[in-house]
Amino acid sequence: MTKGGPRRVGVLVRKEFLQLARDPRMRRVLFLLPVIQLIVFGYAVSTDIRHTETFVVDLDGTPEARRLIEVFESSGYFDVVERSRRPGDLVRALDHGDAVLGVVVSAGYADDLSRHEATVQLLVDGTNSNVATVVLGYAERIVHGHGIAVAGGGIAPPIELRDRAWFNPDLDSRDYNVPAVVGVLILVVCFMLTALAIVREREIGTLEQLMVSPLSPLELVMGKAIPFALIGLFDLAVVTVIAVLWFRVPFAGSPLLLFGSSLLFLLSGLGLGLFVSTITRTQQEAFMASYLLFFPMILLSGFMFPVSSMPAVFRWISLANPLRHFLEIVRGIFLKGVGLPELWTQHVALAILGVGLLAVAAWRFEKRVG
Amino acid sequence: MSLRRLLAIARKEALQLSRDSRSLALAFAMPLLLLAIFGYAISWDIRDVRTAVWDQDLSTDSRELLDAFRASGYFSFVTTVSSSAQVHDLLDRAVVQLVLVVPPDFAEDLGAGRSAVVQALVDGSDANTATIVLSYARAVVQEHSTGLRVAGETLRPPLTADSRVWYNEELESKNMIVPGLVAVIMMIIGAMLTSLTIAREWERGTMEQLAATPVTRLEVVLGKLLPYVVIGMTDVAVISLVGVFLFDVPFRGSPILLAILSFFFLLGAAGLGVFISAAARSQLLATQMSMMATYLPALLLSGFMFAISVMPKPLQLVTYLVPARYFLVVTRGIFLKGVGVEVLRAEGLLMVAFAIAGVTLAVHAFRKEIG
Repeated sequence: MTKGGPRRVGVLVRKEFLQLARDPRMRRVLFLLPVIQLIVFGYAVSTDIRHTETFVVDLDGTPEARRLIEVFESSGYFDVVERSRRPGDLVRALDHGDAVLGVVVSAGYADDLSRHEATVQLLVDGTNSNVATVVLGYAERIVHGHGIAVAGGGIAPPIELRDRAWFNPDLDSRDYNVPAVVGVLILVVCFMLTALAIVREREIGTLEQLMVSPLSPLELVMGKAIPFALIGLFDLAVVTVIAVLWFRVPFAGSPLLLFGSSLLFLLSGLGLGLFVSTITRTQQEAFMASYLLFFPMILLSGFMFPVSSMPAVFRWISLANPLRHFLEIVRGIFLKGVGLPELWTQHVALAILGVGLLAVAAWRFEKRVG
Repeated sequence: MSLRRLLAIARKEALQLSRDSRSLALAFAMPLLLLAIFGYAISWDIRDVRTAVWDQDLSTDSRELLDAFRASGYFSFVTTVSSSAQVHDLLDRAVVQLVLVVPPDFAEDLGAGRSAVVQALVDGSDANTATIVLSYARAVVQEHSTGLRVAGETLRPPLTADSRVWYNEELESKNMIVPGLVAVIMMIIGAMLTSLTIAREWERGTMEQLAATPVTRLEVVLGKLLPYVVIGMTDVAVISLVGVFLFDVPFRGSPILLAILSFFFLLGAAGLGVFISAAARSQLLATQMSMMATYLPALLLSGFMFAISVMPKPLQLVTYLVPARYFLVVTRGIFLKGVGVEVLRAEGLLMVAFAIAGVTLAVHAFRKEIG
């Protein structure tokens, strides 16, 4: 950077901020985006599936059969929405999506039960395989438990499984998802908006004006990138505060480390944004190109789908994904309270990826405008 | 309205798009890339849970139980441990997801007819995975203990569940994802790409030129939409064909019904995109607004990945405003359930209403902006 560089960068940063802030809608969008994602991931994503719509076909009609259905209802996991004596009605309800689970008690259930050989049929709508797995697990446990209760406890299960969940005893998915929103937001802001902002100058022809100004390419890039980096850090603060104060997500680790690793992660985001801006000419192209990178990065990061259940090839590929490393850091700091001794590999990976991406992008940029 | 003028606008937009060959290539590459990732890389189907074993009993009984875990196919034993410090370390560093601990008196308890205990310690940081891992473990223990002979007598539970899964018999997440992907891709292509078109005319200053030409608003809007609807329909066809033939996703309903309803949904989404575009006037703002209004709700609040029934009530009410929610009922219904118009009548009418609303909004916003 030549003499007076910092001042020139400062002027450009101010110009960018003014341009962004002049549009009140842009201000609102930049604030709403994190809030909406937080609400969704704080409230909408849950594996605790209660009140499953249940359809009962009771072909037996005995008190014993009613007793079984009552156990389902009182568990809190199942809401009986309809009853019928015709199996055809159950088919219709599943087809229409009115019920997720069908419980069919066949004729002669009470007699079979007294002989200890009763069967209950469970039909579950598998279109949402996640929900179906959990619902079926609950339902089978209820049937099994009821069977033991009916037998009078004389046959306690010979082996009992005692389970304990570490780091998250209530198995609350909110704690896992909310901190990860930080990573996704920083990526959107730094990567996508940087790319669009630079390509915009090219598209409307003001890039040449900037080039003939005394700004060097490096200063130009810094001036463009710094506002979005600051917005990204602002989003980080907003998400962390809301996560801890509103959603009561534990924050076990060091805030300073989180800030430091976010800076490292910003490098990758800005590098990618700059890179996309050098391979595209219009904002539409830039938008599509950043989406093409953005989507796989999110899907292969462990944000919603665990990295551990990917095939080996994709686990290897995901090592080149800065978001994957950043999410491991964020979750480690929030939930496990671990620090650099446990997370240094992720930090090294982030640093390498960030510097590498930024260097390639800066080189390409220099070549294009030079 | 003149069809000739409408087609002229459509031709101009299509020419502009095809000149921008990279954008066009990306519009087709995107669904294929997403399909490949969803088809090959990620799933919620949890197999080969990395498990560590701490067998403190080392008896025949404990080995049989652990064999049952191994034979289930869900657990892959990666290591054995012999101290609680090791357990801590393995879970802290996320080397294993599950630690099975068999206490020293396991065989003795079992032989004496007391309830023998086996401990499962699961990494709960990903609650979704942990819930499923624990339900597998519970099923293994339950099944193993049913087969045990206690005091010379085989135990038989008085009541058993005969469970069947419909529509997605193997409970594979790809069968749930591919039909949902159709809706999300259409929102991206339909609404997000179109949201850039009119903002672009404003930014480049060509809007006045367009306004000065002898075309009506409806002609401009429909002409602008048409090329994107064509791209979107092609994407639907590509996703469906690849999903069915490469990933073996069942397709049990009528392709024609899917095409018709997709067309209406796409028209509505594209109309919404033009509306946002006209309101935003800048491409940067337009992308962010359309992301918030169309793509995020379609991804998160439509029931695509997260079930609506588990959301809190206020959020459930919000999902009724998300058009993708209804379209998802259509795609899953046609792909997996094989249902037709008789079941999807309400959703079909909503798609038509969405299309009319989208185009009307677009035309309306357009007048305000030019006038």
